[in-house]
Amino acid sequence: MKTLPALATVRDWLDEIEDPEIPALSITDLGIVRDVRYVDDVLEVALTPTYAGCPATQVIRDDVERTLRARGVDRLRITERLAPAWTSEWLSVRGRERLHEYGIAPPHAAAEAGLALGPIASAIVRCPRCASGETREQSRFGSTPCKALYRCDACGEPFEYFKPH
Amino acid sequence: MIATARDPRVEYVMRLGDNALVLAQRLCAWIAHAPVMEEDVALANVSLDLFGQARLWLGYAGELEGAGRDEDHFAFHRAASGFRNVLLVERPNGDFAATTVRGYFFDLWSYLALGELARSRDERIAAIAGKTRKETAYHLRRSEDWLIRLGDGTPESHARTQHAVNDLWRYTGEPFLRDEIDAAMLDAGVGFDPATLLDPWNERVRSAFSAATLAIPSDPWMQRGGKSGLHTEQLSYLLAEMQALPRSMPEAAW
Ligand SMILES: [Zn+2]
Repeated sequence: MKTLPALATVRDWLDEIEDPEIPALSITDLGIVRDVRYVDDVLEVALTPTYAGCPATQVIRDDVERTLRARGVDRLRITERLAPAWTSEWLSVRGRERLHEYGIAPPHAAAEAGLALGPIASAIVRCPRCASGETREQSRFGSTPCKALYRCDACGEPFEYFKPH
Repeated sequence: MIATARDPRVEYVMRLGDNALVLAQRLCAWIAHAPVMEEDVALANVSLDLFGQARLWLGYAGELEGAGRDEDHFAFHRAASGFRNVLLVERPNGDFAATTVRGYFFDLWSYLALGELARSRDERIAAIAGKTRKETAYHLRRSEDWLIRLGDGTPESHARTQHAVNDLWRYTGEPFLRDEIDAAMLDAGVGFDPATLLDPWNERVRSAFSAATLAIPSDPWMQRGGKSGLHTEQLSYLLAEMQALPRSMPEAAW
């Protein structure tokens, strides 16, 4: 009988899987790996989607499956966990730094989904290129569900802001 | 003998899924046609969220039904009479004002409804509602921003928006009507009483319309039928396009 890999090792393997839409982040940086455990000799990995329609969800699931199978995990179950709902608060500190280096402004604290009008962030969103706070929201929706479009008035460059959610 | 004993939750969850699915399909027709690129991206994002919501609801409906139907089967292999969406979401896109007004009426109802469902005794329904309500808040904020900008905009945008309001108002009553399915779900602690959402919905609409300088139509007559499968011909055209490929090539796969 072969020994099962330690959970810490499994977590390290999962941390090597890139988010398909923002490759600067690993899936653990993103906070979508909610649980890793053994149920008898079956490894169970619980993933949570960021947004209900995010097309990356299926790709990530396939990547997790492929990565773990390649490491010799043959008794594997991947589950989808909806509650509690994913929040950008679950982004790791390292993930926030990586976002900034990648040119995406990291999210401010996520408020309770509110109905107030106006820009999504009341706090200043700093330009990831020149660090100016003179920025404007262009659109609340960007190239992927998790990002909004911003523009920096100081350096004139457009950039993306990871939405507090 | 017709089997009527199926769990009313199947019907209830199908309604939620069909609202999202039909509106998602409507909105994706805007891709490459929106007035500015940011709106093209925004409409595509909202559509994608709604397809995701539809997948969650219809996947669960299929599990509850236990007859082997999955979300794709629900989407592609039902005729119009099998759909349970409210008539509002199947209204044609019209111009950008009509799409905005339709979206606003639905987003506001949906946001309120998901808030109720997040407290459902059915854990799966509560989980889906809690998750999707967050993104629905984004949709609502966007549609309300646009409603106000268009209504309080140029004479042209104001006239088009008021026209859309007058045209769509008669479809805003149906989501608040309580039928036997709603009553059964309310009794079971799974659902909510849709009539209780009417006051908060009206209150929010009144304040948005006031900011948008739009008038609320006075005609109280309302259309109904979608929740029980009685649809307008517009849904059939939408389905003909959406279902053409999987119906002509049932074995097609990615
Ligand atoms: Zn800058």
